[in-house]
Amino acid sequence: MYHTDSKEKEYSIQTKDVHLYYGDFHALKGISVAMRKNQVTAFIGPSGCGKSTFLRCFNRMNDLIDNARIEGDILVDGVDIYKTNIHVDDLRKHVGMVFQKPNPFPKSIFENVAYGLRVNGTQNKNFIQERVERSLQQAALWDEVKDKLKKSAFELSGGQQQRLCIARALAIEPSVLLMDEPASALDPISTAKIEELIYGLKKDYTIVIVTHNMQQAGRVSDHTAFFFLGELVEFAKTKTLFTSPRDQRTQNYITGRFG
Amino acid sequence: MKRYFHNFGERLIVGLLTLSGTVTSLTVLLIVFYLFKEGLGIFSMSPVEEGTAIAVNKQNPVKELSASQLKEISDQNITNWQQVGGPNAPIKLFRIDDITEYYSEEELGADFEFVPQRINEIVTKNPNILAFFPEEFLAKDFPGRQIFLDNISVADFLGGREWYPTITPAVRMGVLPLILGTLWVSFGAILLALPLGLATAVYMAEIADSRVRNILKPVIELLAGIPSVVYGFFGLVVVVPLIQDIFGLPVGETALAGSIILGIMALPTIISVSEDAMRTTPRAMKEASLALGASKWQTIYKVVIPYSISGISTAAILGIGRAIGETMAVLMVTGNASVIPDSFLEPVRTIPATIAAELGEAPQGGIHYKALFALGCILFLLTLIINVTVDLVSAKKRENR
Amino acid sequence: MSFHDGKSSNQSKRLAQSAAFTIFRGLSFSVVAILFIILAFIIIRGVSVISWEFLTEMPRNGMTAGGIFPAIVGTFWLVVGSMLFAFPIGVMSGIYMNEYLKDGWLKRFIKLMTNNLAGVPSIVFGLFGMALFVNRFGFGDSILAGSLTLGLLALPVVIRTTEESLKAIDDSFRIGSLALGASKWQTTSRVVLPMAFPNIITGLILSIGRVSGETAPILFTVAAYFLPRLPDSIFDQVMALPYHLYVISTSGTDIEASRKMAYGTAFILILIILVVNLLANWLRKYFAKRVKMH
Repeated sequence: MYHTDSKEKEYSIQTKDVHLYYGDFHALKGISVAMRKNQVTAFIGPSGCGKSTFLRCFNRMNDLIDNARIEGDILVDGVDIYKTNIHVDDLRKHVGMVFQKPNPFPKSIFENVAYGLRVNGTQNKNFIQERVERSLQQAALWDEVKDKLKKSAFELSGGQQQRLCIARALAIEPSVLLMDEPASALDPISTAKIEELIYGLKKDYTIVIVTHNMQQAGRVSDHTAFFFLGELVEFAKTKTLFTSPRDQRTQNYITGRFG
Repeated sequence: MKRYFHNFGERLIVGLLTLSGTVTSLTVLLIVFYLFKEGLGIFSMSPVEEGTAIAVNKQNPVKELSASQLKEISDQNITNWQQVGGPNAPIKLFRIDDITEYYSEEELGADFEFVPQRINEIVTKNPNILAFFPEEFLAKDFPGRQIFLDNISVADFLGGREWYPTITPAVRMGVLPLILGTLWVSFGAILLALPLGLATAVYMAEIADSRVRNILKPVIELLAGIPSVVYGFFGLVVVVPLIQDIFGLPVGETALAGSIILGIMALPTIISVSEDAMRTTPRAMKEASLALGASKWQTIYKVVIPYSISGISTAAILGIGRAIGETMAVLMVTGNASVIPDSFLEPVRTIPATIAAELGEAPQGGIHYKALFALGCILFLLTLIINVTVDLVSAKKRENR
Repeated sequence: MSFHDGKSSNQSKRLAQSAAFTIFRGLSFSVVAILFIILAFIIIRGVSVISWEFLTEMPRNGMTAGGIFPAIVGTFWLVVGSMLFAFPIGVMSGIYMNEYLKDGWLKRFIKLMTNNLAGVPSIVFGLFGMALFVNRFGFGDSILAGSLTLGLLALPVVIRTTEESLKAIDDSFRIGSLALGASKWQTTSRVVLPMAFPNIITGLILSIGRVSGETAPILFTVAAYFLPRLPDSIFDQVMALPYHLYVISTSGTDIEASRKMAYGTAFILILIILVVNLLANWLRKYFAKRVKMH
């Protein structure tokens, strides 16, 4: 429908003047940004700056909050996702998400990964079997769990659980993967594994990652957006943003004056 | 000095608080003590009405009779001694009132002083007699054989199918119909209340927006607040006639009426407990499901309900507990026939209703009084089982976390 | 890419959801309907019976005419008596259990007992009250025996409310007070209790509603079938609203003729519950607002 402009095709997510209110609170103030396909974009900023809120706009997770109201346009792969004829569950299949804390279901490892397929109507056993295996491989977890797929997901370590959650998101083949501080609850070794994984996934997915950790942003992302008090202060190539920020606030933040 | 008073006051308060804290525990122990002290007394009592002597002719080989045989005989369902292990001869029943048929008033004496002697004569003369008379008329040289009944046994009490606590000469105290009646009505209530209650809980916890929930919450609270006697009254004037009309019954007071009213009364418990349970489902878990493209409904039945299943079972068990213990409403709408029910359209009688209806007329310390306390013990044990089950279920849940 | 091409791959999923939600909404509203029917039925039939005479006169003509004054007075005294007993002991127990008692077997034991007491059917309280207060202590059928029995019934409710209210208060307030050198009781009485007060008082009001409607516990401890005078002392029997309703709707001298009286009595009982619930809700809102202002 909207795929005429060749330039638009390069972008996976585009937003135009997005405002978000929680009741009276103005949480996001006119954010316009465009994120390229098959690249990693990092959102950084102090707590409460709106970076997670913004991320949750892309799969309409904010719909779950009673008094949240959103204005402006958000296009995912060229489609306005807040249009009335959009089915939220289809959108969420298209835009996967990994959360801050590992949140596997109280089910077996296998069933966790198969969940997304099952709720979206897949019944073919062989297909599910193959897809689960492939997703676990993509998430670099297969070798560790292939002998205990029937075991409860809670028996895995925190880092393994988070990779399981990534596999679970990959199983339904989204085109965008949103990651909300995916390593903040993990130890350094698990964190390194997740970062490595993100780097590898980039060739197949567009990834948006929220992080508290500037080094992490520097390591994994191609572009970085700095948020402050609900505003998008600066958006640039990661290298540029960290070496020569244009805005004083960005400068202050990345040099550790506040945060 | 001031410091001293300060400490003293503090200690006094702690003492007072400790005392209050132990009152509850003490109360439970006292309840158990009194309930069982009075209730267990029934197993050391004879089913024969106190002060009644039962006797046969010396020649009669029958040495013992059970309470149920006595009842059958006095109902004339058993009329021949052969049926109770004696010779082939008709049973001749004699009650003390019958004595005027044998003797004139002069022969009995102005103060009935000759009655013992006359009874001696009657029992000796009639080889097939079965005599019931007050023990005060039992002569020292009584020529017949007295028959003593065994005390009421636990098996008779729990397994007996007849509840006739006041009949003479020997009462029948089988609580089976009452236990079954209680379970029957409660089971029906839960069958009605569970789907309705769970649906409402799901709706309130997961589907309704806060505006609708703000309407539903006080409604549930009000339902819980309405006194049981008002539910009973409503059942009596609305539900009972309705059932009578719909099913064309001679009376509308049935197990079904009880189940409907009890079901309504169990709703608030079921709804609030299971709603609370569903609310404990971590947000992260629900978000994970939605983020994978699951619909809200899929998230509810694949994540929320499995996660809160122990809370939901607790709700169901507590609902049953509420139904089992309920007294007034049931008393007013179930018809109170102490028979083992085989349909929801028959009258039944529950344990609490029996206690409420009969304790007023049972002489203190008598066998009927004790039997009702024993019923109280059964009720207490039933609720204890329910409480312990609830504890176990929630302990298991904690373990799983 | 299927999320915007109009025809969705998940049609059946959506159908299932709307069907399920419709059913659930329907069932939920039928619960509201049940309450509404019961309330409407009793209010409509009962309100026409209410008159000054009905509220202030003795029953007459085998309880088919006159008023229900002695039952109102009886219930009033029973509520007052049971609350005088249950409230101080219940609140103090709650404080003891939440603030003073350390985790361990004793706490578990007392908790278990409180839970069990809460689960005991009201008729069993009646049996117990009769055995202990009426017979053993020799109070006879009296306001005293009835109040104590009802008080015991309300006790676990009051304890639980107090405990929950105290539990809701963050430990940082306690630590803050203790750190300033306040004693345990000073902390409890000056910091914790004032904060918990709104919830405790709301719980108390709701338990008044419960006590005023209970019938089974007073059957054998105080309630009189017909007693057209007011009590002189706590050793007197009284009539009570719930028992009166039971009597005139099932075993009165002329059940048909006393129906009107029954509707009126049921109306008064419903009215008490409505008032109590509204008051509790209002208090909750009132206190919530005050907390916000601070």
